[in-house]
Amino acid sequence: MSQLHQRQGSLKIVDATKVAARGALFVTEARLRAMLKWIWLIISLAIANPVLYLVSIGLGVGAYIDKNTGGMGVDGVSYITFLAPALLATAAIQGAIDESVYPTLEGFKWDKTFFSMNATPISGNHIAMGVFFNSLIRVAFTAVIYWFVMLAFGVLESPRAWMAIFTAIMAGAAFGALMQALAGLLENENIFFTVLNRFVIMPLFLFSGTFYPLTNMPIFLQWIGWISPLWHATELGRWLTYGHEISSLMLYVHFIFLNSLLIIGVIASRRIFTRRLGK
Amino acid sequence: MTQSLIHARNLTKKFGDFTAVNGIDFDVVKGESFGLLGPNGAGKSTAMRMIGATSQRTSGDLTILDKDPENFGPQIRAHLGVVPQQDNLDTHLTVTENLYIYGRYFGLSRKFVKGKIEELLTFAQLEEKRNAKVESLSGGMKRRLTIARALVSEPEILMLDEPTTGLDPQARHILWDRLFRLKEDGVTLLITTHFMDEAEQLCDRLVVMDKGSIMAEGSPAQLIKDYSTKEVLEVRFGSERNAQMAEDLRQLCDRIEELPDRILMYTEDGEELLERVYKKDFHPKTSLVRRSSLEDVFLRLTGRTLID
Repeated sequence: MSQLHQRQGSLKIVDATKVAARGALFVTEARLRAMLKWIWLIISLAIANPVLYLVSIGLGVGAYIDKNTGGMGVDGVSYITFLAPALLATAAIQGAIDESVYPTLEGFKWDKTFFSMNATPISGNHIAMGVFFNSLIRVAFTAVIYWFVMLAFGVLESPRAWMAIFTAIMAGAAFGALMQALAGLLENENIFFTVLNRFVIMPLFLFSGTFYPLTNMPIFLQWIGWISPLWHATELGRWLTYGHEISSLMLYVHFIFLNSLLIIGVIASRRIFTRRLGK
Repeated sequence: MTQSLIHARNLTKKFGDFTAVNGIDFDVVKGESFGLLGPNGAGKSTAMRMIGATSQRTSGDLTILDKDPENFGPQIRAHLGVVPQQDNLDTHLTVTENLYIYGRYFGLSRKFVKGKIEELLTFAQLEEKRNAKVESLSGGMKRRLTIARALVSEPEILMLDEPTTGLDPQARHILWDRLFRLKEDGVTLLITTHFMDEAEQLCDRLVVMDKGSIMAEGSPAQLIKDYSTKEVLEVRFGSERNAQMAEDLRQLCDRIEELPDRILMYTEDGEELLERVYKKDFHPKTSLVRRSSLEDVFLRLTGRTLID
């Protein structure tokens, strides 16, 4: 107890200006510490996911497809080369969902840790950005590992293939930010995960030109791809990894679309978090 | 001159048509231990959230450390230590990590926080649990950790919302002891409770709240003096006879409260009154003479008991 007599007092030791400037990093630091508790799961997932998909569908289904296309492959390359960039973007998006939706529901509802953060000089904006940065770190980690597995499978043909890491991160960040904002609105998560998985994630995975070119779809289903961050990221990924042909106009469209979603998601998250904490 | 750390005038909070806090006035000065006493739903927690600069008031004036929380939320929160009604510790992290990250939220240096953690673990009697995950702690330990966490920044004001609700008697006494020590160290305490014994133990001064309004204000002793008698005689005649006996007992003292299970008789001398009850040939099944408490004050002010 004697130590407490040497209190200096918060007026001397706490600097609210410092927190205003760096609060998001403090939240990121805390989230990272929590994430380290399941780092082995994250690492295992990051490695197993690409290996399993690329072996089973890339090589397995690919052998069948490549045989039947008379050596032409899909989009001028072997099936696994065509498929891999789409799976890379999918993994990035899945990682982003894990690190944005769950922490948000936990913070507002399950553990209410956001409210304990907000009792300090930390504000809603800091919390929203901290969760976002943490999800970005997870996405980057997942994408880099995925990229090296792709390298091992020999599916990276273009010298600029390394840039596909960044387009995948961009897609993950955009989707994660939107999901974070949405999770911030949820008062009741009962059916949320069911709806999210069955009516959002699955259709996007299946209808974003992941397994075959989007143009193979009837036109009335192609719109799913157009609004899907996954399709835009996949197109960019294919362009970067093996030189899939894209007009320069479409390059801009993909890039602007993904970044617009990212900006909208981040701004919405900040507003939603701040409003909900101040209720 | 004493400095008013919290200053509220006509403080009001409405949620739609519902008025949770209805024009309350109070001041809390440096170093005192101030309580909001009232039943569940009296508006105590809502008042705490406004003072905690996380929920904006609907109308009235409020300053904390001379700042308006509407414009200076983070600057005010930098000097508050908040212990919410429900523990909201990070369950993924250990005891030490919870203290560490909280220190970082106040922008404290890693070195300072590390030193502080040792002190807080001792204070909260959690040294042996330093590397335990929060999930494995008992209710009392979690509560002490939440309080320790609120102290990491050496706050000017420590705010505790129902600090001992849900704890067993032993855990409550340990906690009260810790809070006493803080009080001795000159920490300003703001406490809400619906336990009158807790208010009497911890508060230098308190307001009695009911339905969003303040019913009375003063020190526990002063409130008891103003709104009750020195002693109370509790008598029980069995639930079916209490009502009938209450009528007869009224002739023996100025004030009687009839509760479902017992009758409270307010007097300056309980033993003397009990003698008179027996002389009248009334024979209660049980009788008890005790000093007046804040429970009696609340009963007088609202006609209801604190815990229904």
